[in-house]
Amino acid sequence: MTELDAGLVGARLAESGQISEPDGGGEIGRARRRKEDSRLLTGHTRWTDNLRQPGMLQVMFLRSPMAHARITRVDVSGARGLPGVVAAFSGRDFAGEQGSLPCAWPVSEDIVIPDHPPMAVSEVRYVGEAVACVIATDRYRAADALEAVEVDYEPLPAVMDMEEALAPGSPKVHEAGNKAFSVKITSGDVEAALRDAPVVIDRTYVQQRLIPSAMEPRAVLASTDGDSFTLWSSTQIPHVLRVMLAVTTGIPEHRLRVIAPDVGGGFGSKLQVTAEEVLCLLLTRRLGVPVKWTESRSEGNLTVHHGRDQIQHLTLAAEADGRVRGLRVELLSDMGAYLMLVTPGVPMLGASMYNGIYKMDAYEFGCTGVFTTKMPTDAYRGAGRPEATFAIERVMDELAAELGIDPVELRRRNWIRHEEFPYTTVSGLTYDSGNYEAATDRALALFGYDKLRAEQADRRDRGDPVQLGIGVSTYTEMCGLAPSRMLGMANYAAGGWEHGSVRMLPTGKVEVITGTSPHGQGHVTAWSQIVADTLGVPFDDVTVLHGDTAIAHKGMDTYGSRSLVIGGIAVLRACEKVKAKARGLAAHLLVCSPDDLEFAEGAFKVRGTGSGRTIQELAFAAFTAHDLPEGVEARLDSDATFDPDNYSFPHGTHLCAVEVDTETGMSRIRSYVAVDDVGRVINPMIVSGQVHGGIAQGVSQALFEEAVYDADGNLLTTTMADYLLPSAADLPDFTTDRTETPSTGNPLGVKGVGEAGTIAATPAVVNAIVDALRPYGVHDIQMPCTPERIWRALEGARS
Amino acid sequence: MPRVTITVDGVRHEEDVEPRLLLVHLLRERLGKTGTPVGCDTSNCGACTVLLDGRSVKSCSVLALQADGGDVVTIEGIGANGSMHPMQRAFHEEHALQCGYCTPGMVMAAIDLVRTDPDPSEEAIREGLEGNLCRCTGYCNIVRAVRRGAQDMGQAVRTP
Repeated sequence: MTELDAGLVGARLAESGQISEPDGGGEIGRARRRKEDSRLLTGHTRWTDNLRQPGMLQVMFLRSPMAHARITRVDVSGARGLPGVVAAFSGRDFAGEQGSLPCAWPVSEDIVIPDHPPMAVSEVRYVGEAVACVIATDRYRAADALEAVEVDYEPLPAVMDMEEALAPGSPKVHEAGNKAFSVKITSGDVEAALRDAPVVIDRTYVQQRLIPSAMEPRAVLASTDGDSFTLWSSTQIPHVLRVMLAVTTGIPEHRLRVIAPDVGGGFGSKLQVTAEEVLCLLLTRRLGVPVKWTESRSEGNLTVHHGRDQIQHLTLAAEADGRVRGLRVELLSDMGAYLMLVTPGVPMLGASMYNGIYKMDAYEFGCTGVFTTKMPTDAYRGAGRPEATFAIERVMDELAAELGIDPVELRRRNWIRHEEFPYTTVSGLTYDSGNYEAATDRALALFGYDKLRAEQADRRDRGDPVQLGIGVSTYTEMCGLAPSRMLGMANYAAGGWEHGSVRMLPTGKVEVITGTSPHGQGHVTAWSQIVADTLGVPFDDVTVLHGDTAIAHKGMDTYGSRSLVIGGIAVLRACEKVKAKARGLAAHLLVCSPDDLEFAEGAFKVRGTGSGRTIQELAFAAFTAHDLPEGVEARLDSDATFDPDNYSFPHGTHLCAVEVDTETGMSRIRSYVAVDDVGRVINPMIVSGQVHGGIAQGVSQALFEEAVYDADGNLLTTTMADYLLPSAADLPDFTTDRTETPSTGNPLGVKGVGEAGTIAATPAVVNAIVDALRPYGVHDIQMPCTPERIWRALEGARS
Repeated sequence: MPRVTITVDGVRHEEDVEPRLLLVHLLRERLGKTGTPVGCDTSNCGACTVLLDGRSVKSCSVLALQADGGDVVTIEGIGANGSMHPMQRAFHEEHALQCGYCTPGMVMAAIDLVRTDPDPSEEAIREGLEGNLCRCTGYCNIVRAVRRGAQDMGQAVRTP
């Protein structure tokens, strides 16, 4: 226990991650069951594909089978006469009005943002790019009609490899060449740090391309009354989408309403302005009837933006005792064929995070974005930070191995100690709070680290064909995207604030409107808990509206683990304003000074007397307006926009034990322990759910998932039979726990949690596998660490 | 066009269908039973799972014609008198859903699993639900929910 207690200064050890019964007191911190569930559990859902409009037609797109080709002819006339077919169009039919899909993040001065027509007109640059569309009475008629569209292509060379793409003489994806941008960030003197360093670790890692794979395929429904337009889309970003669609299509913003109904997962993949959204709007404008498009899974694997796909070269200099002197990072980042909404920003979100939780004096980050003839990449859970965390956590393990130091001990020697916060890192970020000691000690205890190390030694001594590997990942990440000022400095086209409104209804119930756009995260429940505590109203008396620009008029939506730390705070602030108004009204009605009132359990009471008014009574008084103070309007509502000063920096320690069969290459996760510190917790049940799901995706990158293209640019993993997503049988139970070190960046002390598990888990698993194989001379396994790759690595090392 | 007679959630329907019409499209687009979603086109994800004559099937892989004369129960039909089925309640209590898209299929597959194994172990649940994918939960709470749901279903059987 002594060891465990030593690190706990400043961090409160949270309760176990298991769902616990409410413990009385306030709503914040209780494992409230979700208000969202009932509809989802009984099938009364509003997925976009469930929605129908009178006269609605079905859209289907014909997609390029070529990775790179000139379009010489598109003939849709064969489709037009078929039964049930209303219209058919090629890209040329929309060339004058479809505009170019937007990129909102020009990360450098030298960036090349190629024209990106929603439907290709003269050239295709990846397999799956839309070249024509048909509009029919139903999906079966539309599918038949696609068969009758004729397209002639003149093949051009595919460009599939980033290093080859940058070589002189490479075929070009775009006229301007294959380099999208390059950036370099330096802090301190990396050359000096490397010079004469007792240890230099030089490694290259490949972040394979991933397919985000939200369970709900995308769907879009667009309608118009001839004047205004409504677009329903399975999107994470109804507000951003509205602005971007207005700019792209020329439909005035005030005549465009965007609705994100029930949305079945996103993970960044629905943080996009898509060709299909633009084209459905243009089709409804042209045809005057509602049109719907629903993607098939195979279509989605081809055309939902992909994630990751980087080659990472790290050079780390250290002292003989393991203290890190400096780090150089050189990235190649595959943009795919075009720059979509935040494509070039993804590697930049990791630019300041390769130093992780460690102190060092010199840091250099360079990145080149490269065009290839593949589906564009963009945000996928973690976006830039999983890549950074993987690389530094892998390299720290390599350094530990090189020096013969236990990987946990090596981290201790380098990490920021809890008493050093706030701490400005070598890359210039200021981490507000954290306690790596406490989280790590808790994780080691839960994991039984020493016992597992002993078992590992025993298996090694015995030459057991099944070896045990132990993987460590001590991560932090920057999330809560983002302070508008910092986004401006990074040349992002928008801000990072969030908006919330709170209104007391005449009967004392509360209607909350949030600018966040949840798609599984449980905002309705968590925001209700915040509101219930702040206004002193029952949890069940709060409703939360979201995801419709006509209802939630202002918002920046949901991504980057931002919703609670920005949107939740906006709701909190709006509640405080409502409370301040209510206090003034109560003082007027009770004929006292506002200062004489104390607020408790939902009522203002005159100190020392029995008289008071509940907030519900005040809501009714504001509604009747029979007796309002001079100059006070008949309303008990308010709103607030919150813009944080800094990012949010959750952290934690994940430990993974993997058994590797050295004869077959099979690996099996035996135990997985995650102790995360996400600051103060509003709902521990939701937090552990986020961590579970995050870990699953991180584990899956390590072991299972990879989008594979062949040399001609054909995607080979177009179905869930080819792109391996783990089932319950492929994953273990995860042991999760928490420490709580409040954030100092917001009044609730909360930090983001949506991406933490994914960021932490991938290096924990790969470190474990490599740890198991190190005695055989294996120092790396390329992800996903399939049995075949493990077996080949062992064979290679043996021969 | 062939005519099929099919009972869905206790209601009998007669529909003229194209031979190629999938059961899930009959349910969703003709009968308005949109509680059953579609997650893939290769029968890998299981989101569209329903019970056909008491056994779970992936309704994207069954032709409407094959269900002729059949009795289909969807997620919309398992509750009784406005209250949820024990398995639905267990999913709620154990936080076994986030976005909820896989949930109808997961619940229907779980009910079928409990039919054949009334007291499934964690391993049996994980193996038994292998054909149903969830991208949100990491399955931990789904496994707990199915154990709890199985117990509650057993309780319901023992105390009529």
